Amino acid sequence: MYGKKVKLRFVFLVLILASVILIVFLVLQSLKENVVYFQSPTEIKSLVELDKKKIRVGGMVKEQSVFINSNEVNFIITDFKNEINVIYSGAVPNLFSEGKGVVAEGFLKDKNYFLATKILAKHDENYMPPEVKEAIGDK
Amino acid sequence: MLANQIGYYSLILGLLSSFLLCAISIKDFNKNNKGVNQKIFTLSFLQLTFVVVSFLSLILSFINSDFSNETVFNNSHTTKPLFYKISGTWGNHEGSLLLWLLVLTLFIFLFLIKSREQPKKYRILTLLFQQIIIIGFFLFVLMTSNPFNFLFPTPNEGLGLNPILQDPVLAIHPPILYLGYVGSSIIFSASLAAVTQNYISKEWGQHIKKWVLASWIFLTIGIMLGSIWAYYELGWGGFWFWDPVENVSLMPWLTLTALLHCTLVLERRNDLTSWVVILSITTFTLSMCGTFLVRSGILNSVHTFASDPTRGIFILIFLFILIFLSLGIFFLFHKENNKDSNSFFWLSKETSILINNWFMMYFLAVVLIGTVYPIFIDVISVEKISVGPPFYHKLITPFLAPFLLFMAFGSKLKWIKSKIEEKKLLIMFFIISVTLTFIILENITTDLLFYTVLISAAFFLFFTTLKELFLKKFNNISQTIAHFGFSLFILAVLFNSILSSEIITNIKVGEKYNYNKSEIFFKKIEEKQESNFNSIVGYFKITDENSKVTWLKPELRFYNQPITITSEADIKTTLLDDKFLVMNLVKGNEYFNIRYQIKPFMIWIWISILLISIGGLLSLFKKKYEK
Repeated sequence: MYGKKVKLRFVFLVLILASVILIVFLVLQSLKENVVYFQSPTEIKSLVELDKKKIRVGGMVKEQSVFINSNEVNFIITDFKNEINVIYSGAVPNLFSEGKGVVAEGFLKDKNYFLATKILAKHDENYMPPEVKEAIGDK
Repeated sequence: MLANQIGYYSLILGLLSSFLLCAISIKDFNKNNKGVNQKIFTLSFLQLTFVVVSFLSLILSFINSDFSNETVFNNSHTTKPLFYKISGTWGNHEGSLLLWLLVLTLFIFLFLIKSREQPKKYRILTLLFQQIIIIGFFLFVLMTSNPFNFLFPTPNEGLGLNPILQDPVLAIHPPILYLGYVGSSIIFSASLAAVTQNYISKEWGQHIKKWVLASWIFLTIGIMLGSIWAYYELGWGGFWFWDPVENVSLMPWLTLTALLHCTLVLERRNDLTSWVVILSITTFTLSMCGTFLVRSGILNSVHTFASDPTRGIFILIFLFILIFLSLGIFFLFHKENNKDSNSFFWLSKETSILINNWFMMYFLAVVLIGTVYPIFIDVISVEKISVGPPFYHKLITPFLAPFLLFMAFGSKLKWIKSKIEEKKLLIMFFIISVTLTFIILENITTDLLFYTVLISAAFFLFFTTLKELFLKKFNNISQTIAHFGFSLFILAVLFNSILSSEIITNIKVGEKYNYNKSEIFFKKIEEKQESNFNSIVGYFKITDENSKVTWLKPELRFYNQPITITSEADIKTTLLDDKFLVMNLVKGNEYFNIRYQIKPFMIWIWISILLISIGGLLSLFKKKYEK
């Protein structure tokens, strides 16, 4: 038979292992649920199936496309190959304007309409999020 | 011009004194004299002076708007107010690294003065390890980010400082945060030195605790300042966004907090020795990682200045060298100190501190994965992802309730072996907490069970620590205050998140917006001119359901250099709530986009963090831990 101390250590070890496994499982599970993917308008056009999950869309705000009324802001995000209409009600960051880069977070209504829940604030006039840069091909 | 030259050459002299210091201390190491050679003090002081001179001359260049200096040209402008000319010194990549260096050299000098009672070899080794870090940073500054680059022909005007950094809180946020970050470097060097000398002991625990406390206090306050700034300047109306850059400062804070609790065990019981060393190494590594992630341009945020891949690679290599060096030393030299480490009963202060550590490590793992996973995915695949706040909330909040309960119990336990005292009182507190929570929450939230558990736990800690504060003699006041502050913090955060309300709408001048018997009236706008920006001030009259009128005047600023628009939220703070209004202009339209928020107990979040830091401060000035 093993001594009392060894037994105690064994129990301890099992407990630690069990909790580590539980934690890893928990973390992976919620990562899966809470990860937001980034897509460009072109990628959305080529989707076979519409995703119900929250996504981010990035590109340029098309010139002459911003329309605003008391509860909504409508605009078009373009990557100069394809574009998508965005419907948004919420706070607009200062640097949001026509001809500038933008990242919107929300849900796809269909391949042409995107219901945004958030427009991400960027802090610098000339700064372009790397995702957007890639999406519009370094233009 | 002249200041530029002086700054550059005194940096080089600083690097030379580093090499000289290493040489002398290696020579002194094997001599049998008792104290550390006086030359070492002199040299260390000289090194500090060189870096101070260099830093001052950079400040001088900024004050004089000397645009022959590239850093000044990139980050300053003649129309900028003097205060922001000065704070612009560390509001950029090069200057902030010079500040790192300044704090590094300052801390090792202070360490030499403050450690006179410690063994000589240990002190010299600490100095050596610290000099390795210092040399690394000197090389980094001189090779990849020299703040004294010369521009010819001299431009007439600079490019200006990013306007959202032109803010009083942000002027002091970097220095304070750096004191915390860099303070961990001393802990790192000292623990490596102590391992090589087999000096991890009670005495060492008492001595290092002061340094842990000092950097912990600075880190706490530094993070808080950043958070306050984000709250009112970014206009998102929250205090923590789980932004990668925030996470990066939270991670060393978590390990440092764990370390702080472990040194208590070490200084009293000479136990958990390897754990203390590992935590010291981890804390500094995480601080360095933070610098790497923020400076390399991998994370995009306000902190990312011009991204230059060579800088990232340099820090990465340096980081790996330090990690391998420290792990190597740890495995080669560390001996588990068995002679007077004794086992402890399961119900004891040691266990509760271990449990605290487990929780801290879990929180660290969550934050680390959430921050690093997107970078990892970006490297191995083409997909771009981001991990949002729900991830953190979901993983952290369920563990908060047991964490709070352990905090309430654990601090009452005794060393080695203990039993739970005052059972009746604790049970009474528990019942009071649960009923109180239930009464408060009954009508205001749908997620009753979840919040009841969490808030009851927080109330429980609140009452137990409050009782200690009032009834006990002041034998453990620092801990009680810090824990009390933490319970207040959790309560403020929870009630803030449950009770906050928000209105977002687009509105024209002269329009009214009605909701739930309240009204927002956009009366007028006024234009103002300052030296480096023009601004539009909006006048909003807010009438709440009790017909109480509040005027809020948010501002839109149009900075000339660089051309940027920022919105300045107007916040009316009372002890009960913050009324927060920010407006944005949508270009080319007469509509203003406004966000009006009522944030209850906002001020208590800051007060509670201050309380936590005060707890640390009291402990720092306490002579010795009472037996």
